[in-house]
Amino acid sequence: MSQRSKGDTLLRGYGTRGGVAVPHRKNTAEFETVKMPPPNKVILAMQQHIGAPCIPTVKVGDIVAVGQVIGDSDKFVSAPIHSPISGKVSAINSIMLPGGQTTQAVEIESDGLMTVSDSVKPPKITDKDSFIKAVRASGLVGLGGAGFPAFIKLNPPAGVTIDTLVVNGAECEPYITADYRECMENSWDIMSGIYDVKELLNIKNVIIAIEKNKPEAIKVLSDIANNSNDPKHEVNVMPLPCRYPQGAEKVLIKQTTGRVVPKGKLPSDVGVIVMNVTSISFLARYLKTGMPLINKRLTIDGSAIWSPKNVEVCIGTPISEVISFAGGYKEEPSKLMMGGPMMGLALKDDTLPILKQNNAILAFLENDAVLREPGACIRCGRCVSVCPMHLVPPEISKLVNARDAEGLEKAGAMVCMECGCCAYACPAGRRIVQAMRLAKSIIRNAPKKEVK
Amino acid sequence: MSKELIVSSSPHLQAHDTTRRIMLDVVIALIPAFIAATVIFGWIVPIITAATIAACVLSEYISRKILKRDNTIGDLSAVVTGMLLSFNLPATLDAIWMGVLGGAIAIIVVKQLFGGIGQNFVNPALIARIILMVSFPTKMTTWPAPLAWIKDGGIDATTTATPLAIMSEGSGEGLPSIGNMLLGLRGGCLGETCAIALIIGGIYLIARKVISPIIPVCFIGTAAIFMMILDFAGIDGSSISFLPAQLLSGGLLLGAIFMATDYTTSPINFTGKIIFAIGCGLITVIIRFFASLPEGVSYSIIIMNLLVPHIERLTRPRPFGDLKEKKVKGGAKA
Repeated sequence: MSQRSKGDTLLRGYGTRGGVAVPHRKNTAEFETVKMPPPNKVILAMQQHIGAPCIPTVKVGDIVAVGQVIGDSDKFVSAPIHSPISGKVSAINSIMLPGGQTTQAVEIESDGLMTVSDSVKPPKITDKDSFIKAVRASGLVGLGGAGFPAFIKLNPPAGVTIDTLVVNGAECEPYITADYRECMENSWDIMSGIYDVKELLNIKNVIIAIEKNKPEAIKVLSDIANNSNDPKHEVNVMPLPCRYPQGAEKVLIKQTTGRVVPKGKLPSDVGVIVMNVTSISFLARYLKTGMPLINKRLTIDGSAIWSPKNVEVCIGTPISEVISFAGGYKEEPSKLMMGGPMMGLALKDDTLPILKQNNAILAFLENDAVLREPGACIRCGRCVSVCPMHLVPPEISKLVNARDAEGLEKAGAMVCMECGCCAYACPAGRRIVQAMRLAKSIIRNAPKKEVK
Repeated sequence: MSKELIVSSSPHLQAHDTTRRIMLDVVIALIPAFIAATVIFGWIVPIITAATIAACVLSEYISRKILKRDNTIGDLSAVVTGMLLSFNLPATLDAIWMGVLGGAIAIIVVKQLFGGIGQNFVNPALIARIILMVSFPTKMTTWPAPLAWIKDGGIDATTTATPLAIMSEGSGEGLPSIGNMLLGLRGGCLGETCAIALIIGGIYLIARKVISPIIPVCFIGTAAIFMMILDFAGIDGSSISFLPAQLLSGGLLLGAIFMATDYTTSPINFTGKIIFAIGCGLITVIIRFFASLPEGVSYSIIIMNLLVPHIERLTRPRPFGDLKEKKVKGGAKA
């Protein structure tokens, strides 16, 4: 490959613009994952993915087993939800998700037996179609945080050729080490998942991308990649610069392949599929065992956490229980977040259940939780130089104040991925991401232009 | 949970830089030039600077009060304006009241009436300087000789011509040596003379990432290249032997490092900054050689300030993935 100099086992990136040097705070990197025993009760939200919510397939009083489907949808963009425990459906309520949407939630009380459902058996894979069907049945969604149903990603429309699979192990958010632990603890699963996808989708190149602050993971995976049965060097590891947001899909594709995903297009339009390391490793295990996505590794950290660590928990476990299992709060936190501090969502309490795409729960003491009061923009230009999407936030803020949908569209506000670099870098502490969200909703709600 | 949790929009982290810290860095960067000015022109310098800063801060405080806006003197931007304005004054007794008057104009008229920090479209200190220049032309161009306060025992005792005035006469007789000009031993505004101190301040700002070197380098570089071209074309008064002296005289360094890099009045993106700085350099040289004024730095920056919105519109970066033509690389063969 051209990106690889002779004798060098690692790939070099193409470079990207913008980004910020966030503090790493990977306090939990060297702690082996602790497995939390199944809780007495789980709450399974019917919306744990991008797309149509699931409809419960069980009623109150039903007896369910581990791995049994309890929610599914007949809409295309969706992924089924499975029970992580065996027991009885005790309630079906509506809950509010961290993003503010309301959705149904199935509550299951454990019988303590953990009886595995008969439906859990290794899927028979004969061709691409049966593979895609199996991926859907596994309930897999993008585990990096976005939660996009994996079977759609792996099944690009006819006529589109995918030549590169990028395995995303960047984990560029501060604190989070869940993917790093996956690389260290389940490196062979990652590799076997890569070969499964590579063979079934007939993909030539695989690039495993990991930020340079995880040298151990880079070493482990490149050792396996170079020693395995890969004479043509089709699977390679690329160390990424420690610059948030290297793991953002479009930034990662630019860095690993030099390709630019056009506005409003998907990675498959430039011949690339990006999958999170934990997603691909789960896929390998699923193909072997048939156990759907019912557990998740989470990083529990932040200044209010007594002893930060990585825990593997049943999806649907209430956050408060996960935190008590991890050692509890040092002091009552002032802010609780689902996900990393750059893109994570602040929660209003800790009763919410863990979702499929969660990779961290952070709790901050008041000191870290309170942001500076926003001041006037001094036009320093930091937001402009750090924006990985090449936007000009001060201009967009002005257009937001003027409610100018057309101007916002032209300024490219829709391209914003809300990575938060602008607001992080802003010396005036302005809530730029909030303005960006407002900008997008102004564009979406604008009356459609008449066709002349 | 007994306590209400804070629910705010991401990101939940902020970098350490604040507006106040940035302004403090500019003040720190101006201190070497301030010390040099005190040594060169005497005890009058701290008095002028203190009076100008006080006028700026007080004007900001009072105008915010009257306009019923929140108090912003804590961001230290008025201190920066005061310091810069005082650097643009001659080291004379008259400069004390001129500084106070100029400070009030800079803050009240140029800054606060347009909405305060970040909203003024021209550099407040430069507008104040130009107004003072037009109102009190003689008092603003009475230059005490360097170190005269030690030698002759008084402020205003002896006056001198600025190197720019000497050069525009053509002979170059009486021009201070380059060494003296680097040290600031020449006639001129109190804060503009010591090139070494200004460069140290500039390096500090670049190291602290408060400014990028692009504006000072392009500004001074353009001026130098343009002057060489003029010399080549045989334009009067542009002898190449004057080039180092030209670059070290007038307010070129002070303007290029501290005034043209003002965030509010310079373009926000990289390409825009380059165009802005080149424009400043060209206009400075044009004024120096072809206008009746000896110095053109302040006018060049003000003119370019006015063009900033247009420069920004022309140089706006294309959003990522907003490709001009359909140029889909890679495996997509639809």
